[in-house]
Amino acid sequence: MKYIDEFRRRAEAQGLLRKIREISKKEVSIMEICGTHTHSISKYGIREGLPSNIRLISGPGCPVCVTSAADVNRIIDFSRSRRDVIIATFGDMMKVPGSASSLQEEKANGADIRVVYSPLGALDIARKNTGREVVLFAVGFETTVPTVAATILAAQKDGLKNLSVLSLHKLTPPAMKALMDSGEIKIDGFICPGHVTAVIGAGAYSFLATDYGAPCVVAGFEPVDAIMGIYMLVRQLEEGRKDIEIEYDRVVTWEGNRKAQEVINTVFEPSDSLWRGIGNIPGSGLRIRDEFSGFDATARFSIPPGVDAEPKGCRCGEVLKGLITPEACPLFAKACNPEFPIGPCMVSSEGTCAAFYKYRKVA
Amino acid sequence: MKEHKTILLAHGSGGSYSRRLVEEVFAKAFSNPLLAPLNDQAVFSLPSKRLAFTTDSYVVNPIFFPGGDIGKLSVCGTINDLAVGGAEPVYLSASFIIEEGMGMDELIRIVLSMSKTAKDAGVSIVTGDTKVVERGKGDKVFINTAGIGVLNGDQELTPANIRPGDAVVVSGTMGDHGIAILTHREGIQMEAPVESDCAALHTLTRAMLAAAPSGIKAMRDPTRGGLATVLNEFAASAGCSISIREDDIPVREAVKGACEILGFDPLYLANEGKLVAVVEAGSVDAVMKAMRSHPLGKDAAVIGVAEAGHKGKVLLETSIGNRRILDMLSGEQLPRIC
Repeated sequence: MKYIDEFRRRAEAQGLLRKIREISKKEVSIMEICGTHTHSISKYGIREGLPSNIRLISGPGCPVCVTSAADVNRIIDFSRSRRDVIIATFGDMMKVPGSASSLQEEKANGADIRVVYSPLGALDIARKNTGREVVLFAVGFETTVPTVAATILAAQKDGLKNLSVLSLHKLTPPAMKALMDSGEIKIDGFICPGHVTAVIGAGAYSFLATDYGAPCVVAGFEPVDAIMGIYMLVRQLEEGRKDIEIEYDRVVTWEGNRKAQEVINTVFEPSDSLWRGIGNIPGSGLRIRDEFSGFDATARFSIPPGVDAEPKGCRCGEVLKGLITPEACPLFAKACNPEFPIGPCMVSSEGTCAAFYKYRKVA
Repeated sequence: MKEHKTILLAHGSGGSYSRRLVEEVFAKAFSNPLLAPLNDQAVFSLPSKRLAFTTDSYVVNPIFFPGGDIGKLSVCGTINDLAVGGAEPVYLSASFIIEEGMGMDELIRIVLSMSKTAKDAGVSIVTGDTKVVERGKGDKVFINTAGIGVLNGDQELTPANIRPGDAVVVSGTMGDHGIAILTHREGIQMEAPVESDCAALHTLTRAMLAAAPSGIKAMRDPTRGGLATVLNEFAASAGCSISIREDDIPVREAVKGACEILGFDPLYLANEGKLVAVVEAGSVDAVMKAMRSHPLGKDAAVIGVAEAGHKGKVLLETSIGNRRILDMLSGEQLPRIC
């Protein structure tokens, strides 16, 4: 595959890993924010090639995982109380366990829940079922938001009256700030998400370098990208630099995608948001602006908050903050596995526990 | 003869509607002397006392897809389950659970496809059954086929025989069926659409066994769960590890591309016309030669080796050269792929 195979080449990958081993002297902790990086690092066995003084910490970069237990229970409760409503959701949300059931179980028990691959899938369902209400449970970071905003704009243009969105979106930079402010964990530098940054621009991380002294590298998701990102970050840390660098420069710019930002700002405005494990982070969510309240599920329906109770024994919260690796959770790969997940990090394809389970290291 | 345009509940009644459906559609298409009397059973004798017997149900959605249909799949799938055990498939049964309202033309297309596939493969469908369920209680048609095959000689193909040093081979590209179904089902337009690899493998297994009568330790067709799942089953039964190289596994460019878009891994995708075999080191050349001279094995490749240590595990050398565990399929949901 063109533009992909080039970034999976053995010679380049091994050459970069060798360079990292050559220049790396300090004990450093690097957080990869994005769940897709976590998966790429595990899938290609990248840890095996890194020296032991480089510690990779997985961050809160899986949208399904950071959706609070309260919100998970809230949507499950809604699906149970409103069997007349068609619920559209992304596949990974189906299996996330709530306190009493999951969307998957509610579907089996008669709720009309449909998996969509893109928000536009919900638009399509609404068009084909004009006599019924369709609610999209929208989770996702800055990468997903423009398509949800575009969906709402398209629904408005079409005069669709039966589609609404429950916005559980989350924003990345406020969460990075919250992690640094918490003082719970030492992070020397960040590998920043490539596609989120394609939208928001690398400039959004400037505060991490200036206010917190944490250098950042925005990296792509292919193995050579990820390794190059780690190399660039290690080089900064060894040289004592605190810059925001872009490895993924075939996609990412300093300013980001202005058009996407415009679409987001037209439909949404920042709001507080509850993150699993981290709690409430000011300005880290997005609510639908009043002009679009017709498409806001919270305005159309009564959707009371759910119980904010973590599954018993689950340590996803600590995994999401990078405080522990999945192996440190006593449930990992025992009571909690992809077939019987207890916490969301084992459910989602971007979850840290799922990555560690699926792509285990050769002992 | 006049026939109804759609399947009615009466077609499953056992009365005159059923009789006409059986005679005019099934018996006509499958036509063979064992089926012709339309008795409750087929009676026959077989040339060997060592037999293989298998059954499988087919619920694929959609029932017609690029490269095949549920009928072809139901014949090939059961033939393949016999073939990978080293058996020569001889007779099949075919049972249909049809949803009321299914188009008669669709049913006939499927039955003719089964008949052609069986004839091409040299097997006969000698007994069967039809049931009709109310609209909404099924999904067009579900098919069960069972099959009987004959084993020549007393060789037993089982992963328990796998030993360190044995080679792991695949007969061709991985993931074609899974991607064909998924892209078709989701309406994903591709520059070069992927066709299902749905095919009967018994002539390929025959050629392989002829090339190395005692050199083949185990064979399996990697359907649901894909290559990764079969290799894990092999490693678990063998009590040794299997080490494979990602770069050596044949995967079509279009399948790789679709996997990138849809977030799937070709090693977990279903195949319906491929096999995985573990071959003793001394027989690898002969088996590979036999496979590559067969149309269904022209892309055959040696992808790895059984090793001592890491008992029961499958180790993957990734494309960038580092290693990790290749686990069984877990979590991913690809419902009704076959």
